[in-house]
Amino acid sequence: MSSAASRDGLLTGALRRVGAVAVFFVAVLAQCVPALARPRLIVHQVYNAGARSLIIIMLCGLFVGMVLGLQGFDLLQRFGSEDALGVAAALGLLKELGPVVTALLFAGRAGTALTSEIGLMRATDQLTAMQMMAVDPMQRIVAPRFIGGVIAMPLLVAIFNLVGLFGAQLVGVQMMDVDAGAFWSQMQGAVQLNDVQEGFIKSVVFGTACSLIAVHEGYHTEPTAAGVGLATTRTVVTSSVLTLLLDYILTAAFL
Amino acid sequence: MRPNRALEIGTGLFVLLGFAALFFLTTQLPGSGVQVGGASGYAVTARFDNVGDLKTGSPVTLAGVRIGRVTGISFDPADFKAVVTLDIEKRYDKIPDDSDASIQTAGLLGGKYVGIGPGGSETYLHAGSTIEFTQSAIVLETLVNKFFANFASRGSAGAPEAKEEKQP
Repeated sequence: MSSAASRDGLLTGALRRVGAVAVFFVAVLAQCVPALARPRLIVHQVYNAGARSLIIIMLCGLFVGMVLGLQGFDLLQRFGSEDALGVAAALGLLKELGPVVTALLFAGRAGTALTSEIGLMRATDQLTAMQMMAVDPMQRIVAPRFIGGVIAMPLLVAIFNLVGLFGAQLVGVQMMDVDAGAFWSQMQGAVQLNDVQEGFIKSVVFGTACSLIAVHEGYHTEPTAAGVGLATTRTVVTSSVLTLLLDYILTAAFL
Repeated sequence: MRPNRALEIGTGLFVLLGFAALFFLTTQLPGSGVQVGGASGYAVTARFDNVGDLKTGSPVTLAGVRIGRVTGISFDPADFKAVVTLDIEKRYDKIPDDSDASIQTAGLLGGKYVGIGPGGSETYLHAGSTIEFTQSAIVLETLVNKFFANFASRGSAGAPEAKEEKQP
């Protein structure tokens, strides 16, 4: 595929890649329903993509929340409104930082693992062998990994947000002496269910995008050692850019 | 596929944790779910004409020092007044019972809080007592309306030409 793509110009090549991803997306979606017949495969992938990313997600969430607490405090203090720190941290985490940072980490942690795993299967002809045995690799390999990623992502975002809030609370209330009651009550007064929903929808969209890119790059890897490396790199780059692009579009749509 | 006990337990834990986090975010953040620091002192009530956007959990201060928090805001249908329950810490038990309570705003963007101004009485507030003297929240819109109403009436009185124009 990549040798064919090199014949195209820059614009045609980009267009072709977008088209290939879109076609692949439809093909994966078509295989998602039959893949549900093997829930154990999906559970395995939820574990790989979600449970194994848990530590890094929680660690990053804590630090993002703490930084938010510090920066928010510094900014709000200038207006004498430290009490609004809870609102600032909660909205920042729920609507932007939670979904986006989790998606970037997810692309780096779970996306690369998916790509290199499937890519190595491609390079060692395992996918072809499956087809020889009349097992559809799209249904057996790709779809469960895709579904696993889509399920894991919103859960990871929720955990990230929770830990982030705890971090912001830690800095704001424990270190900077913002009143705990004001911190929580203002947050509860200002955060709407819409804001939580917006973050949730974003996380589902980012999860779909990142998982799709990861399995697509893996499935269409050039079957060489260098090809697997290249595909892994492209997963991270494409997922990150796509996440930030979609984030802008979604934010504009919600406002 | 061979069942793998550890893997399934790990996945189960992860999913459970994720849903617990999601549950917390959707139910506890919007609205008054979490109560920070349960009632620890004695409860005093104060009746206000208007509490503005005072919320449960807002601080109660005396001379700028936090001495407790608001634990309940309700409404008395008999006289249309807001009944605010203040939970004041036990160690501050020498607050005169003729003190006044006013609803104030912290900073430009800050939330409302209840400020207590100490009185001179020899008897002190205790659990169940009511603060008699209260001052409601200042609602900015009302102030602005009053200002403009004043401004308009003074403006028309001071400009007879405008009055004449209006008459036909």
